[in-house]
Amino acid sequence: MKKGIAVYLHVHQPYRIRPYSVFDIGQSHNYFDIFDDSDMNDEKILLKVAEKSYRPMISLLQTLLNRHEDFKVSLSITGDFIDQAERWAPDLLDGFRRLFETGRAELVAETYHHSLAFFFSRREFEAQVDMHRRKVQEVFGVTPKAFRNTELAYNDEVGKWADEAGYEVVLAEGWDKVLGWRSPNYVYRPVGTKNIKLLLKNYKLSDDMAFRFGDSHWSEWPLTSDKYIEWVRSSIGDGHLVNLFMDFETFGEHQWEDKGIFSFFEHFVNDWISHGNRFYTVSEAAHAFEPAGEISMPDTVTWADTERDLTAWLGNSMQNEAARHLYALENDIIRSGDLELINDWRYLQTSDHLYYMCTKWMSDGDIHAYFSPYSSPYDAFLYFMNAIRDVRWRVMQHHRLGGFDA
Amino acid sequence: MKILMLGWELPPHNSGGLGVACYHMSKALAMAGASIDFVLPYRARHSDVDHMRIHHATGLRPELKAHLGSYDSGYVFERYLEDAKNPHTLRGVQRQYVKFIEKLAPELRPDVIHAHDWLTMEAGVRAKELTGAPLIVHVHATEFDRSGEHYGNPIVHEIEQHALLMADRIIAVSQLTKNIIVSQYGIPAEMVEVVHNAVNLDDFGPYNYDMRSYRYLEALKYEGHTIVALLTRFTIQKGLTHFMKAAARACEKYDRFVFLLAGDGELRDELIQLSADYGIADKVYFTGFVRGKQWRDVYSLADIFVLSSVSEPFGLTALEAAHHGNALIISRQSGVGEVLHSSLKYDFWDTDKLADQMVGIALSPSLAHELRENVKHEYARISWHDVAAKCMGIYRQTRSMALV
Repeated sequence: MKKGIAVYLHVHQPYRIRPYSVFDIGQSHNYFDIFDDSDMNDEKILLKVAEKSYRPMISLLQTLLNRHEDFKVSLSITGDFIDQAERWAPDLLDGFRRLFETGRAELVAETYHHSLAFFFSRREFEAQVDMHRRKVQEVFGVTPKAFRNTELAYNDEVGKWADEAGYEVVLAEGWDKVLGWRSPNYVYRPVGTKNIKLLLKNYKLSDDMAFRFGDSHWSEWPLTSDKYIEWVRSSIGDGHLVNLFMDFETFGEHQWEDKGIFSFFEHFVNDWISHGNRFYTVSEAAHAFEPAGEISMPDTVTWADTERDLTAWLGNSMQNEAARHLYALENDIIRSGDLELINDWRYLQTSDHLYYMCTKWMSDGDIHAYFSPYSSPYDAFLYFMNAIRDVRWRVMQHHRLGGFDA
Repeated sequence: MKILMLGWELPPHNSGGLGVACYHMSKALAMAGASIDFVLPYRARHSDVDHMRIHHATGLRPELKAHLGSYDSGYVFERYLEDAKNPHTLRGVQRQYVKFIEKLAPELRPDVIHAHDWLTMEAGVRAKELTGAPLIVHVHATEFDRSGEHYGNPIVHEIEQHALLMADRIIAVSQLTKNIIVSQYGIPAEMVEVVHNAVNLDDFGPYNYDMRSYRYLEALKYEGHTIVALLTRFTIQKGLTHFMKAAARACEKYDRFVFLLAGDGELRDELIQLSADYGIADKVYFTGFVRGKQWRDVYSLADIFVLSSVSEPFGLTALEAAHHGNALIISRQSGVGEVLHSSLKYDFWDTDKLADQMVGIALSPSLAHELRENVKHEYARISWHDVAAKCMGIYRQTRSMALV
């Protein structure tokens, strides 16, 4: 039987909060738009990444799909990204649509706003998954059958939910502490489910490409297609397949073109197929193999940091305060029926806002692992809290509370 | 009477109360007949100053002054003090300042030299050596205050010690400061005169509070929240971590509080973190550095004004808050409490007491009313003209002693 690989790439850009001060509360309801030279300028960032990563990688994927019947790829594209692309770079959406039109690129479902709503409100979470489903249907004409939660944040509850929602496969991190002696290179079944399958990221091989590829201090640098294929082949062994899950922006943004990431990927795909192997989309892989066993993850596992938990987003008191006040507004916001207000509240749920408040790097010193447009996590926290207060102001106004009835 | 006055800042290039005090003091002195030559360490146009001659000791731009290190905390100095040869360090600017005075003082031949705080003290001593004129050292804050309970930077302490010994007369802005000068620097009490600062009501000229700067907080106030404001630099001297703890304690008993922390400083991040740790982040508002309308609106918005300093020689903001009708809570370690009796007092470390006082005012309109109304009579009695009159008296005294 042909050896297989499932490549899954995640596409996302957040709406970053502008420096939103105490003096803006009740005065300006624009939390996001700023068109300056800073890294809070979403348009600037999108156009930059479009040039360096999205356009060249879409084009390479199209070439590979045209060239090889056995090349397949899976993509998840957040609502936040689609919204930004509609405003500033609609050609990207055309490019993705053409990939899906080949029938060999699969779109993976997730929350519209790249949020952690699953852990705070099931109702809000489902609303966002539904919004995303309708948006991708409208923009790309596809209906997802596979599901991934934001940041690959997975636990048994996520698996059960996805099963009941009718998804055929759900994606998660293949973390050693969960797997023990077991290999991530098999298709599994989430504990307590009947139909759904679980695909686990092979983080060693994924990270070789996503994180280590351009690192000249790495003992394996430079990484060649031959060497990588040998690693993949020996990793699979008698297993089903290798799951390479990573950010789409790996190509051209995290790893630069001049380090050869595009040509590496092209050679790797060509060589893998010419050696008689194949690629799967994530749903295909789920169909192709019977589960090798059940996997249980009672505690939430993500694809971030060495801890592989939620502490990059909900690890300190600022992050927890921010999330608490954000989700405490849910009922009042939804009840208002004010679509603009609901929308703004949802953009504030994007997990990136919490990530920018992370202080973990202060202890391990790895600043580069925590890119942020703000000068400190404390600034990120202040701007966020002020935005929350303005949202609350609008809620109060909506319900015509005395002091807010301007 | 020719006064050579050595200062470090004047509005609008001030980072705190020292510049404000120097401005009003010099103005009142000029009206009392003093002829003043005022020296600044930076170059800037002070077009609103026509009551004295301003000299610029260096070509430094005023906005760069802030980067030399604030003069508030003994700790930040270490790296700025090190290199006196580098003109862009605090020590380097001070050295240029002294050089400038060495040239200026003999030309001016002043009757009295009046130096404000440690930054200009070396220059003051040098001017005295060169001209023989009596030196008056005006202490707005000591290194002991700035470092908050600790000894502070030994070099700064040493400079202060030397100048206090060389001074013909010392002016302290409060009894509290006088006590420190006597106990920590071993200066005889009779050398030190207490002259409390004042507030200039003209600073609060025509102004209509339009409730717009802090619109959201006004709405919360309307809904029954009590606004507790602080307007200060976020340095260790100001006791803000104790305040944050008291705020959390107060919220345990009564939760309709808003804590407005107006200002900025090296402790900001720690305070933000603390507010989140205590679970009151949503009640604490950080404005960043405010001036102009946003600054004045803090007082107009506030119900309660807290001066939480660990060691505050005076505390001008409390007078400003009193003028705007705030109920005052002042740490016993703040000198301004010596002139504002209609205020609640607590020891800076007594967070339970502060919590109790905040809740007490929030829940008792009559207590709030009494504090507000009574303090008005007190602050209105102190004026810069009285300060100037006292200074002129001290000038005459030291001058006559020097002539003997």
